[in-house]
Amino acid sequence: MLLQLADLEVRYGTIPALKGITLDVGDGEIVTLLGANGAGKTTTLRTISGLQRAWRGTITFAGTDLGHMAPHEVMALGIGHVPEGRRIFPRMTVLENLEMGAYRRRGSIRPDLDRVFGLFPVLGERRKQAGGTLSGGEQQMLAIARSLMGQPRLLLLDEPSMGLAPLIVRDIFAIIRQIRADGTTILLVEQNATQALRLADRGYVMENGVIVMTDRAEQLLRDPRVRAAYLGETAGAGG
Amino acid sequence: MSTVRAPTPLLRRLWLSTDARRLAACVAGGLVLAVMTGPEGSGTAPTSGFTGSLGNSRVIGFVVFGVVLWLLMTARQRYGTEIRAVSDRLSAAPRRLLPDKRVRGVFYLVLLGIAIGYPTVLNGFWQEVLVDQIGVYVLLALGLNVVVGYAGLLDLGYIAFYAIGAYSAAYWTGALPVHPLFHLNAFYAIPLAVLAAMLAGVILGAPTLRLRGDYLAIVTLGFGEIIEIVANNLQGVTGGAQGVIGIPHFSIHFLGVVYHWGLGSLPYYYLLLGFIVVVLIAFHFLENSRVGRAWVAIREDEVAAESSGINVLKYKVMAFAIGASTSGLAGMVEASKIGFVEPGDFTVQLSILILVLVIFGGMGSLPGAVIGAAVLQFLPQYLRVHPLFGFQQQDLYLYLGAILVVMMIFRPVGVFPSRRRKRELGLAEHGVGSADAMESTTGPIS
Ligand SMILES: Nc1ncnc2c1ncn2[C@@H]1O[C@H](COP(=O)(O)OP(=O)(O)O)[C@@H](O)[C@H]1O
Ligand SMILES: [Mg+2]
Repeated sequence: MLLQLADLEVRYGTIPALKGITLDVGDGEIVTLLGANGAGKTTTLRTISGLQRAWRGTITFAGTDLGHMAPHEVMALGIGHVPEGRRIFPRMTVLENLEMGAYRRRGSIRPDLDRVFGLFPVLGERRKQAGGTLSGGEQQMLAIARSLMGQPRLLLLDEPSMGLAPLIVRDIFAIIRQIRADGTTILLVEQNATQALRLADRGYVMENGVIVMTDRAEQLLRDPRVRAAYLGETAGAGG
Repeated sequence: MSTVRAPTPLLRRLWLSTDARRLAACVAGGLVLAVMTGPEGSGTAPTSGFTGSLGNSRVIGFVVFGVVLWLLMTARQRYGTEIRAVSDRLSAAPRRLLPDKRVRGVFYLVLLGIAIGYPTVLNGFWQEVLVDQIGVYVLLALGLNVVVGYAGLLDLGYIAFYAIGAYSAAYWTGALPVHPLFHLNAFYAIPLAVLAAMLAGVILGAPTLRLRGDYLAIVTLGFGEIIEIVANNLQGVTGGAQGVIGIPHFSIHFLGVVYHWGLGSLPYYYLLLGFIVVVLIAFHFLENSRVGRAWVAIREDEVAAESSGINVLKYKVMAFAIGASTSGLAGMVEASKIGFVEPGDFTVQLSILILVLVIFGGMGSLPGAVIGAAVLQFLPQYLRVHPLFGFQQQDLYLYLGAILVVMMIFRPVGVFPSRRRKRELGLAEHGVGSADAMESTTGPIS
């Protein structure tokens, strides 16, 4: 297993947000974490990357305990995090944004730039443009491209489809598939359950800070409870 | 607007008109300013403050001020884009006139030549102003610019580090009631004073810079107060409210070079100028280094910076410590020049003043910090010698506040903004953030 969360508990003050999460991601997998608003998906990702402290439980990445690591140390181990709400640097140009993604690296970033401009041609066209002037979809692409510049082994994606038009979501999901094919493992948080499950190998469903279900993605896609809760169908009506 | 109503009375129509309301507010503001800057009332004639300032020809100036402000605001609303285009072109002019690096280098050398030569023809008063009011504050503004402008940290207790520098000067030269570990010539105490200020910056910064925005402002505000109160009350160590006297002037005995700074301002001016030039060059390189880019990232979006693998805390502490040591250096030099320090020199008002200098010049811009500090520190002195509109020194902060308000309305990036800040303004004016509103109307549909 590349990433393992064991019995992870996180609290905001005294209020528990994660109540004992056990989850794992194998090398080369796409795993999706589904759940309604407030279920604790973002908290899970933030805790993995050290932006949030765990109250109890362990996080192991490639055999290393991430216990008390600061975010930059976690990134240095090879975890990229594309935060919720596409947090790009709005006043930096596209190119500067990408350079920031490679901040911790020495040596030439030329090949990586070529690679992300290959994945996202639109970013290549707009490399001199300020990040904040991009459309929402382009900003999301920039956020993903920026974290790829750090050459992560594992990419944490927090709702990359949020607020985007269906056509753009389709593009982005296709690129996620490509990123995995290029050798990066992916943990994908989504509310957009159908598309996420079509893309993923396995899925976890989260409610109120606990994992309520886990299975192979195509099983979850067929599960009446999942369909009822996340795919907008009433139980039993699906077929 | 949908139904036609009976004609509204004139007064009501005026009230409903934004322009009229704004005019009233501007004139009222001018009148308030007139009263506040006018003569004071007294116990026996409590209203004399009002009558003295409103029943006086002086009031005309303030009413005119209010009307001009209103005209400016209205013009900005109607012709905002045009005005902005002109002001942008003006502020970009120096860069366009000096496109070549070498030409620019020569230009800076000429400026430096003027800075070296011109003060020699000034009289003693202005030479003193150049050191005490301008040189020291330029240095202070440059240091705070790193904290506020580069790293985006709001430090409201910045003057505390100046105090630490000044008291270090007193300590190492043996002027304090407590005896130092070893006596030092003031000149050689400079590194120790800078180090003390830097350490204070790190000690204060390391735990508090984890806090976000407003909390940091509050903590630094408190720290500034603590330093002032400690200086006031720790009689046995700091000399208490009277302060300490007898801090010696700088002197060098080094490799056959012997020089003593004395009562004259000019030698201190050149020393300060030297420090300012070194600091300017150092900060220029810092701004364009990896460290500088990390600061920009932190300023723009802390979470994104963290997700990019930047050690946010480290770079914040670094900015804080660099600012603190610059402030300490200024305090050290000034203490040695005037020969005494007292807690009254380190009020929170001064922290705010330096912040105003930085904001006025343009946050994150080196020329901005220098010019902002020089101009805003020069003007009150000039007005002291040539009073206009009955300018009174004690009203200084009122005018500074007014300048700041006007600046925030018309040119929030400062007079000489950095190129990056200008881009920030440009984006804000064009409503970035709403750019993706159209797309997000289509929710996640599957
Ligand atoms: N900074 C915070 N402070 C306090 N409570 C928070 C904070 N962030 C999230 N929460 C709470 O933690 C729970 C999980 O939130 P989150 O992880 O953002 O859920 P999701 O990403 O699944 O929508 C929610 O109840 C939310 O209100
Ligand atoms: Mg979330």
